Amino acid sequence: MIQPATPTDLITVNIDGREIAVPKGTNMIEAARRVNVDVPFYCYHQKLSVVGNCRMCLVEMGMPAVDPATKAPIMDPATGKQKVNWMPRPTIACATNASPGLHIRTTSPMVKDCREGVMEFLLINHPLDCPICDQAGECKLQEQATGYGRGYSRFIEQKNVKPKRTQLGPRVTLDDERCILCSRCIRFSKEIAKDDVLGFTDRGSYSTLTCYPGKKLENNYSLNTVDICPVGALTSTDFRFKMRVWFLKQTDSIDMESSVGANTVVWSREGVVYRITPRQNDAVNDTWMADSGRVLYKAVRGSGRLESVRVNGAESALDFAVAAAVELIKAGGAAVVGSGRSSVEEQFLAKKLAAAAQAPAWLVSRVGEGDKLLISADRNPNVRGALVTGLIDRLPGDRLDELAAQIDAGTVRTVVALGEDLAAAGLTSAQLAKVAIIYLGTHANPTSEAARVLIPTLTVFEKHGTVVNQQFRIQRFAKAVPGVSGATDDLLALAKLVAAAGGPALGADVGSLWPVIAAEVPALATMAYGNIPDTGLLLDAAPWAGLPFVEGPTLHYQAPAKEAARA
Amino acid sequence: MPAPAQHRLIFKHIDEAGYSNDLACYVRNGGYEILRKAVTRKPEELIDEVKKSGLRGRGGAGFPCGVKWSLVDRKSGKPIYLVVNADESEPGTFKDRYIMHQDPHQLIEGIMISCFANNVKVAYIYIRGEFPAGARILEQAIAEARAANYVGPSILGTAYGCEIYVHRGAGAYICGEETGLIESLEGKRPYPRIKPPYFPAVLGLYQCPTIVNNVETLCHVKHIADMGGEAYAKIGTPGNTGTRILCVSGHVQRPGYYEFEVGKCTLGQLLHEVCGGPLPGRTFKAVIPGGSSAKILRFGERFKGKRKVGAEMADYDWGVEDIPMDFDSLAMIGSMGGSGGVIVMDDSVSMVEALGNINAFYSHESCGQCTPCREGSLWMKKITARMVHGAARPEDGQLLKSVADQIAGRTICAFGEACAWPTQSFIAKFGDEFKGYAEAKKAPRAVDAPELV
Amino acid sequence: MELKPETLRAIDEVVTHYPVKRSAALPLLHLVQADQGYISAGAVEWIAARLDLEPINIYELVTFYPMFRQQPIGRRHIKVCRTLSCAIMGGYRTCAEFQKQFGTGLGEVSPGGEVTVEFVECLASCGTAPVVMIDDELHQKVDVARAQALSAQIRAEAGAH
Repeated sequence: MIQPATPTDLITVNIDGREIAVPKGTNMIEAARRVNVDVPFYCYHQKLSVVGNCRMCLVEMGMPAVDPATKAPIMDPATGKQKVNWMPRPTIACATNASPGLHIRTTSPMVKDCREGVMEFLLINHPLDCPICDQAGECKLQEQATGYGRGYSRFIEQKNVKPKRTQLGPRVTLDDERCILCSRCIRFSKEIAKDDVLGFTDRGSYSTLTCYPGKKLENNYSLNTVDICPVGALTSTDFRFKMRVWFLKQTDSIDMESSVGANTVVWSREGVVYRITPRQNDAVNDTWMADSGRVLYKAVRGSGRLESVRVNGAESALDFAVAAAVELIKAGGAAVVGSGRSSVEEQFLAKKLAAAAQAPAWLVSRVGEGDKLLISADRNPNVRGALVTGLIDRLPGDRLDELAAQIDAGTVRTVVALGEDLAAAGLTSAQLAKVAIIYLGTHANPTSEAARVLIPTLTVFEKHGTVVNQQFRIQRFAKAVPGVSGATDDLLALAKLVAAAGGPALGADVGSLWPVIAAEVPALATMAYGNIPDTGLLLDAAPWAGLPFVEGPTLHYQAPAKEAARA
Repeated sequence: MPAPAQHRLIFKHIDEAGYSNDLACYVRNGGYEILRKAVTRKPEELIDEVKKSGLRGRGGAGFPCGVKWSLVDRKSGKPIYLVVNADESEPGTFKDRYIMHQDPHQLIEGIMISCFANNVKVAYIYIRGEFPAGARILEQAIAEARAANYVGPSILGTAYGCEIYVHRGAGAYICGEETGLIESLEGKRPYPRIKPPYFPAVLGLYQCPTIVNNVETLCHVKHIADMGGEAYAKIGTPGNTGTRILCVSGHVQRPGYYEFEVGKCTLGQLLHEVCGGPLPGRTFKAVIPGGSSAKILRFGERFKGKRKVGAEMADYDWGVEDIPMDFDSLAMIGSMGGSGGVIVMDDSVSMVEALGNINAFYSHESCGQCTPCREGSLWMKKITARMVHGAARPEDGQLLKSVADQIAGRTICAFGEACAWPTQSFIAKFGDEFKGYAEAKKAPRAVDAPELV
Repeated sequence: MELKPETLRAIDEVVTHYPVKRSAALPLLHLVQADQGYISAGAVEWIAARLDLEPINIYELVTFYPMFRQQPIGRRHIKVCRTLSCAIMGGYRTCAEFQKQFGTGLGEVSPGGEVTVEFVECLASCGTAPVVMIDDELHQKVDVARAQALSAQIRAEAGAH
């Protein structure tokens, strides 16, 4: 929730003649951004400490002139306004915080000359690698050389030579010649990833970014250094030479690795995903995400992807499969195993199915160790969605012991498994063999092998939906690439099952489903799918306040006080 | 006008026959009596004396010492540190070396008085790594002083205590910059800090308020505590009080160190009378008056204008020889007093090659943190190296100047000015040599022309 | 890496000078180099561990400060000042003479391992240029003749061992 700043928190500064009131502590790059003035920079980053070493953000600074004795303002007779004493030396905007009456000029000849100077200096030892450099198209050096550079070079000496193809770690490749020594990667590794493994060796213009020989940049956040590197010095080994970024379509998504729900961007072209990068959300993940979340797109075309509808092992079509499934369900003794990895919409339909089938519903938990940063202890991204939709009313365990008992007792004879492997949740092959399994999911596993009815569905990259993270923040993810042929949209399959099982006829896409969801789910009342902000929306978590959630503190999440008291 | 006599206040005992650097000799000569009196006074009084004295830093910046001390944040509750800048690395400067090697206790007494005045409990002497003997001598002297309670937990029986530690550098000129020094003392790469917000007086060593003072400056503090600020201010000239040690090197008959009242000696008196003039058969060509960072002066140049003398404005019309060796006069004519290192070059020196030597120094010493200095200093070095060893172009002088213009004023620390000013002033004063260098190179080289690059 | 007992004692003592252990990085590097002759990879890791730092934190310093070397040098270390005052007084000729005397290039170990000759920056004794440091000792007014005399002295001292 954004609290409006109280008037006493705001300080008025003047940028290129325009006044703006900004909160105390705002630096001039951010203040200028608010009036659509672009102050170029390299080393500055919103989420890292300020070092002021690139000197690209130099601007002119002035303070209103006052009489030293009386403190009365000195007026300029020409303009009738208070005179401004402009400093003879420029100042860096990133380290200049708002103070009352501060004036900044970004378009003066001095500032223009500063920028041309810094650009020229950055380019004299920079290799002419653009044609082979991955950063092209999203390179700050290219952009700012075009915007603020002089346009020609006067350098005729020999450029410095440095190591060009260092494997810094399993996922990051380093080209030291391109490095502009901004130190963002070093600050990130030290301050955010808390893995102080990078540094500069040698001195002056021969300074070189290095990992200590024998050590590697291999922590689970190493690829964020690639994101924040303003040039092509640090590049992703996985993405290297694969695709030019201007061909790629960007789709907003969510990292489904854990209940943190880090915001991401999925980059794809013609139905193929090429990489995933973080998306800024100051309330969830700042500008970071874990490396392990970035490789998840490989599952889209990975081995074991389910690609054909099957009934009793033979290839079939969706409607036949639905009919066969419903026949099993209507025979009685059905149970539903939903998933903490399903979207809110899918969980809503699963609940409808469970109701139509008069079936109990379970979820399977996935608990690991939180890394106190962007991977929480709950490796299901959307357990809370299941709570919110009412699919479950208590937290799941990691084993389906109750279901196993009911199978053994014979009360459950059909299990609808929605993307969960029952064997991994503790069911024996005997138990699997004892029931008729209807499986909806993306990848093969013992449960899908044993299924009587198999309906392949979509990965998160191939569909729309929402998930609710550990903060009870509902966030949207969008479809980046078309589903593989043979797979069905989960909502379509579920809606058909619900209708055929005797439940209501519901829409099979988020657009038509949401009005029903908003009407029936108390926590989501009066919401519309299209109105959920890109940074998500906090729900009222009160109804579930007493539950023993497993997560500990991560970047923007304090575990509830009850956890602290119990610990 | 004949040159004044030296006023050996700080250098009183340097090269004195029979004077040794041990405590016994120092005490025999009245040592530590001033400290004894100082610790009975109120610390604020001592700070006041320093303010009244008008003492300006002797490390190179010439910043008023009393003002520096008054900027210290005394309300934060954090310990206040004193760091002695004994990194003497400005080319042309050689004075702190002799104080530390021959009269270390004068420094220690100055340190202790300054620490007492500022409520400092721990002081570090950051001595350049290339003075290994000096470091041993200082450690020995501190040990002697501690044994006699001039240093340590209880000074001369009072409740005040202060410890001094010697910390050796390892060959980096940038450690002479106060925030670079602090970073080096903290065990990191000596990258100077951005100011604001990291003014040492507020956020210095370990983010605590810190005073960084030059060796010679702290010795002056001792004498100020002795004679009082007002008396000290009568020595020297207004705004440029006290004495300072001038270090003359290069093409003069008698290079060496000479201590004068500030402003009482002109550059001409210094070079011709005190130092004996140029070498036989040679004429003075150029002089750098304040360490290699200072802007160069060309013999034959004239400086004209108006300046304040007492309460009046008066005309001045000076040749290089007429410039009084004080901070304000040197700044007024477009150079600086700096560290007091006077480097003299005669007509055997090619200014292009001399600049090449200086550019090589600065590009080697640049820490590499910020873009203009890091890239610009090396670019300037590559240009002059190419001019000397490769193909020189007539336009290279203007290129050098325009590169230097893109550095000064745009960097984190004053190293930007330090590496830009030589190039700017060499081109300004000797631009003709740079234009003509390609041609001049074709002629056979003079036998005694020194190799500089 | 085996350090002498007196080195270890000196290390333990110097660490007490600072409220933050990292500050002892430079003193420890000096002590270890004096003990071992140079800073090896093992030394970097040992010092880092001793001060609760990462090896990169020490490695950054070793490569920044010219006084620290990562390879052994000759038994005697000849450092000739190359900065302006010494250069205009003939410092480059002095250096060339030392190199000629020992048949060695800059920064190398001479044949026989006796010396390493290097340029260094201003040694703060410009009034007595050209200036040379041999190991820890300063030598002043070292023109070509004096360089020859010093080289002979070095050879004599080497022969005495």
